[in-house]
Amino acid sequence: MSMDTVKIASETPDVKQPYLDLGVKDDEYARIREILGRRPTNSELAMYSVMWSEHCSYKSSKVHLQQFGEKKPKSDAMLVGIGENAGVVDIGDGWAVTFKVESHNHPSFVEPYQGAATGIGGIVRDILSMGARPVAVMDPLRFGPADAKDTARVLPGIIAGVGGYGNCLGLPNIGGEVVFDPSYLGNPLVNALCVGTMRHEDIHLAKASVIGNRVILFGAATGGDGIGGVSVLASETFEDGGPAKRPSVQVGDPFMEKLLIECTLEVLHAGLVEGIQDLGGAGISCATSELASNGTGGMHVWLDRVPLRDHTLSPEEILMSESQERMCAIVPPENVAKFMEICQKWEVVATDIGEVTDTGRLVIEWHNEIIVDVPPRTVAHDGPVYERPYHRPVWQDALQADSPSKLARPTTVSELRETILKMTAAPNLASKRWVTDQYDRYVLGNTILSQPEDSGMVRVDETTGRGVAVSTDCNGRFAKLDPYNGAKLALAEAYRNVSTTGAVPLAVTNCLNFGSPEDPEVMWQFSEAVRGLADGCLEMNTPVTGGNVSFYNQTGNVAILPTPVVGVLGVIDDVERRTGMAWQEDGDLIYLLGETSDDFAGSEWAHEIHAHLGGLPPKIDLQKEMQLSQILVAASRDGLINAAHDVSEGGAMQTLVEMAIRSGIGARLWVPDNLDPFVFAYAESATRAVVVVPRSEETRFTEMCNARGFANTRIGVVDSMLADEQVLSIDNVWNETLVLPISELSKKHFETLPALFGPTVG
Amino acid sequence: MARVVVDVRLKSEILDPQGRAVQGSLVRLGLGKVSNVRQGKQFVIDLDGDVNDETLKKLHELAGNLLSNPVIEDYELRVEKA
Repeated sequence: MSMDTVKIASETPDVKQPYLDLGVKDDEYARIREILGRRPTNSELAMYSVMWSEHCSYKSSKVHLQQFGEKKPKSDAMLVGIGENAGVVDIGDGWAVTFKVESHNHPSFVEPYQGAATGIGGIVRDILSMGARPVAVMDPLRFGPADAKDTARVLPGIIAGVGGYGNCLGLPNIGGEVVFDPSYLGNPLVNALCVGTMRHEDIHLAKASVIGNRVILFGAATGGDGIGGVSVLASETFEDGGPAKRPSVQVGDPFMEKLLIECTLEVLHAGLVEGIQDLGGAGISCATSELASNGTGGMHVWLDRVPLRDHTLSPEEILMSESQERMCAIVPPENVAKFMEICQKWEVVATDIGEVTDTGRLVIEWHNEIIVDVPPRTVAHDGPVYERPYHRPVWQDALQADSPSKLARPTTVSELRETILKMTAAPNLASKRWVTDQYDRYVLGNTILSQPEDSGMVRVDETTGRGVAVSTDCNGRFAKLDPYNGAKLALAEAYRNVSTTGAVPLAVTNCLNFGSPEDPEVMWQFSEAVRGLADGCLEMNTPVTGGNVSFYNQTGNVAILPTPVVGVLGVIDDVERRTGMAWQEDGDLIYLLGETSDDFAGSEWAHEIHAHLGGLPPKIDLQKEMQLSQILVAASRDGLINAAHDVSEGGAMQTLVEMAIRSGIGARLWVPDNLDPFVFAYAESATRAVVVVPRSEETRFTEMCNARGFANTRIGVVDSMLADEQVLSIDNVWNETLVLPISELSKKHFETLPALFGPTVG
Repeated sequence: MARVVVDVRLKSEILDPQGRAVQGSLVRLGLGKVSNVRQGKQFVIDLDGDVNDETLKKLHELAGNLLSNPVIEDYELRVEKA
């Protein structure tokens, strides 16, 4: 059988097509036939199959995600909202920032290095296609148990891939997360976030609205990357028994991407481009159908003009290829020569592959035969929408009733000491230096804060010192116990981390990682988490600027912990006044802000020491969270604090240990009279932070807290002269004093990851 | 004594950025006719004793999993001296 064309499709309505193998359901196939009034050609079927996939169409999540629009807070900061490649936020002084997080989970499981690397490449192009210069990346990562065999396989590759691509590209990696939990075994989560900056006038959108404008594909040549599934169609077009099986992985080339960034920014700034779109999932199918349907609705493409790396590719495969480092621009004819000249300067291959038309159809030709003739909206936007059934899991009540109150707790000084040393070294709490040392955190010279600080911070304007801070967070255990409040807790934590460094939270992005949407119990987790996040964002006045959904993260019937990763971006008017986490001055007073209750459900202590998950997560009051944020930002602005660190996983003790290790200076601490020493140390009540206040500012600081009715308790003083070496000395521990040398804590904290994954080079 | 040589290269459909860079350099240095360059690595393994069927099977197993990444690479194995 030779190539399938529109003409052939019209004449042979009864040809059987392998749509089921492409993941197209019976009713979806019937709908495609209805839209076209005939059977689709193989190329059309390939396009619909990939554009109507869960990944591209959000068919299961759409009905829930609408809430982010419906409950959108009235914020003047939003310049571009959901639906574009990435949302854009006004940060003042004519500056705008765009940021987004996406998942690259499955590819990273199959091929850890390239999967993670191309995850970075993809999100960077998303940011670039808004007209912004990418300035930083972050990676929230989740793995199976730290000592599992498969973790040893995927983790080093993923970290090296994130580092390799980002470092070659010259982008600082300023933070993220590394979390271990058995549910991620076989389903590692690789989320990638990118931040870009631009002037307001430089914002660009993906559209093609002027007839006669040229469609220009530029960047790398197209190869057979990431088209494994579509081989089913290709096999019909080969006579010799089918082609070699196409790989489902893509290989990235960061040096090509760097050229593409500079080339794209230059053509945008020169005003040569009407619309621009990156090529990611679904490649040319996605770019052409989206650009067309966002504009006039018509486009004619000569597919045989696409430069190929592999000349055996069939047209279906070219349409589907996910080859990396490609972009598509809509360029007025009079600008084409100049556009090509700039591409040539950057050694970027650019090809005129089509034009914008007024036909309302996306028509694709292959050597003078029409192989695609579709209304582009039906491909790009009017995909199927599912109201998937969902119900509260039958086990949810039992899980919530399984309170951690029965777990054995330390009751003596020596037991607590042992617990502290164990927790300091626990994989989830131990230093992630082994990971972040493989990333370049300072390239470009604008990094102000990076791991292990509460949020990553970069300077945007070198004259005024204006900058942005970003943090991503999610405690999947809280989300499993109560997805609605778990999502709010994730939002609260990211919001708090941004505030802790002195920045004002402005906007939210998210990456919602869940199991199979076909499981009603998973779907319930998803719907509850979205509802919680949308309600939370409305209450905190931080609009959702965009995000990503990743379903089917499960092995057999066992889904991952529901993991709605929330990224919060904040603005700081002068990075000089940011708050770091290390205390420095002898005599500075250490305050715990917020109220501590007996909250151990979903805590790191219950997980690490007892492998227990049950009960109800900590209560979350977002009004209180916003008060805490105001206190932290005001204290930073008025110079009332010298350091601050958020209290979350591992409770106040982990916070204090991290501050001490970071500073290398000791402190004398005491357990407040009204608290059990263990509850003080490891409870994970929300909306708390530890701050360090100079003595001269103590009255002003406590008055500010008291005026807002916000709990503040003095729990210690920075003291470098307690013993021969630097120690954390804790009084009032069941009437005794617990002394921990910082050198011992440090050793525990830093040795865990190298012991598991070996030494790193460099 | 036997010598076994294993050549490992990226699968032909996988992008080879290093090969591409070499291709660019060859053209820049005046060799104008280069249409493609693929690079790879070679393992030269000297064995004590002969290569029998069992050893060969083991070698293929290691070449396919340890010396190469089966997801993105192919290998070729040949025995040079028997």
